[in-house]
Amino acid sequence: MALSDKDRIFRNLYGFEPWNLQAARMRGCWDGTASILAKGRDAIIEEVKASGLRGRGGAGFPTGMKWSFMPKQSDGRPSYLVVNADESEPGTCKDRDIIRHDPHTLVEGCLIAGFAMGAHAGYIYIRGEYYNESVVLEAAIAEAYEAGLLGRNAAGSGWDFDLYVHRGAGAYICGEETALIESLEGKKGMPRLKPPFPAAVGLYGCPTTVNNVETIAVVPEILRRGGAWFASFGRPKNSGTKIFCIQGHVNNPCNVEAEMSIPMRELIERYAGGVRGGWDNLLCVIPGGSSTPLLPKHICDDVLMDFDALREHRSGLGTAGVIVMDKSTDVIKAIARLSAFYKHESCGQCTPCREGMGWVKRMMDRMVTGEAEIEEIDVLENVTRRIEGHTICALADGGVWPVQGLIRHFRPLMEERITAYKARNTRLAAE
Amino acid sequence: MSAEHAEPASFAFDAESEAKIATILKRYPEGKQASAVIPLLYVVQKQMGRQTGSAWVPRVAMDVVADRLGMAPIRVYEVATFYFMFNTKPIGRFHLQVCGTTPCWLRGSDEVLRACKDAGHLKGYGDTSADGLFTLTEMECMGACVNAPMIAVDDDYYEDLDYESTVKLIEALKRGERPTPGSVTGRRSSEAAGGATALTGSETE
Repeated sequence: MALSDKDRIFRNLYGFEPWNLQAARMRGCWDGTASILAKGRDAIIEEVKASGLRGRGGAGFPTGMKWSFMPKQSDGRPSYLVVNADESEPGTCKDRDIIRHDPHTLVEGCLIAGFAMGAHAGYIYIRGEYYNESVVLEAAIAEAYEAGLLGRNAAGSGWDFDLYVHRGAGAYICGEETALIESLEGKKGMPRLKPPFPAAVGLYGCPTTVNNVETIAVVPEILRRGGAWFASFGRPKNSGTKIFCIQGHVNNPCNVEAEMSIPMRELIERYAGGVRGGWDNLLCVIPGGSSTPLLPKHICDDVLMDFDALREHRSGLGTAGVIVMDKSTDVIKAIARLSAFYKHESCGQCTPCREGMGWVKRMMDRMVTGEAEIEEIDVLENVTRRIEGHTICALADGGVWPVQGLIRHFRPLMEERITAYKARNTRLAAE
Repeated sequence: MSAEHAEPASFAFDAESEAKIATILKRYPEGKQASAVIPLLYVVQKQMGRQTGSAWVPRVAMDVVADRLGMAPIRVYEVATFYFMFNTKPIGRFHLQVCGTTPCWLRGSDEVLRACKDAGHLKGYGDTSADGLFTLTEMECMGACVNAPMIAVDDDYYEDLDYESTVKLIEALKRGERPTPGSVTGRRSSEAAGGATALTGSETE
């Protein structure tokens, strides 16, 4: 049973209607916000827990639990909400649509989330490339101030809340929450060691929670319709609706809000017009943004799109950027290009990542041409295991997982490429 | 920052920039004005674009930013060189930024690159055309993947491109036109190419 439009949270995802406050109100935004806040911090957090909402930025951490880590009583330091709008995971373009077409879902969510964690101020850190989107977001915030929905006694709730937009300047690493905080403080975006976690020591040394745009933007609707409503979609512990970005070799690429745990094949065929050349022309799919290992067709045939189902296949839901590749794809090259991405984006702080991402990229470049030894596939796999888990943040993990996925599922192709290269060159040498 | 290019001898914010800076500084708490370093570097880059036709950040301007925010100059240099969106040397009037990451590559970004080279008279990434109109840069994923392949011209995204439409875009820029950003195929935005498959108002349960 497909999700119906009335159960879609982002009713203006495509921008068919205006984004402004008046239009947003007609879609249901800012309806009874004060009475939601009147329920109190604990009740809001409990409702979010009951909804089963897990973070939409890639890691899938339970949102209600994350909020509950914030101090209940201030020790004199202010608390901060920081929204991660540094959407940079290749294959991901969902937060962009929320910001440019339905920004009031996010702005209202910031007020509610800020209140629930005891924050009087929030910063939305938006990637620098989303300049036009940041203009819309700033205008939406200005409208909200004008209407008394932000600032002193925000939305008549008795809670004071200020919200600011801060543009990044082109660095994937700033999507990592502690690098984002460093960047927001005016430094290079280099991740911090944890602990201490941001909930204890975050922005300006104060308690901070960093949440993804989509995570925050679904909160008002959850509180209006109830956690049980949200939890009714998808499998237990994987609940809710989710924006998927379906791209690559499909007939009609699109973003779509669908129910969690939808079968991958149904997602692609119902919303994106199917795989180019038909389902049997499918080679593999990267299911959740560039960091998640690819899945070959036989797994895609019946896998469900949720955190747990994809993890069972040693991949992940990640950001739900679904990158489809048909049989015409040079999959080794497709993954090698991702290796180049991670090399480019390593912040350089940890040696295994700074040196490792470059080494992996150079190895992958040789795998593309086949100018390698078959044993080097094992060396490559082995080195990725030594990089993984040995750095401050997860960038290097995300950088090696696609390579591990390639070796796991396409090793014969890699060997074939190397053998063909050797045959070609032996022949040339003999001539 | 060894310079093969000419660095200006001085830099001062103009009135438009000063007005912008006043609003930026209000966003951050007392004593935390270093947070404004990225926003102020953007202000510099925009002003340079306005004044010289080349949007970049000269070193002397970094010093001005450091002075304004009470930071050591090295902290500003670090930021200006860490983040990819600051141009630390002059660029062409239009910055053609081609996404070459896998989602765009699968949809034909190689053709978009070829079109940029042909129509913009550019040798490759990093090159600025002899007439000073275009600088070509390869970007990592810019987050418009369901509208791939795409390029950004300065701050504007152009999406669903192919060779011909990219050439057309560049020719328009040469004529001094600025086509409306977004999909070049008539899609509103990220709805399914060929017609929305959700939010159609007609879907039933």
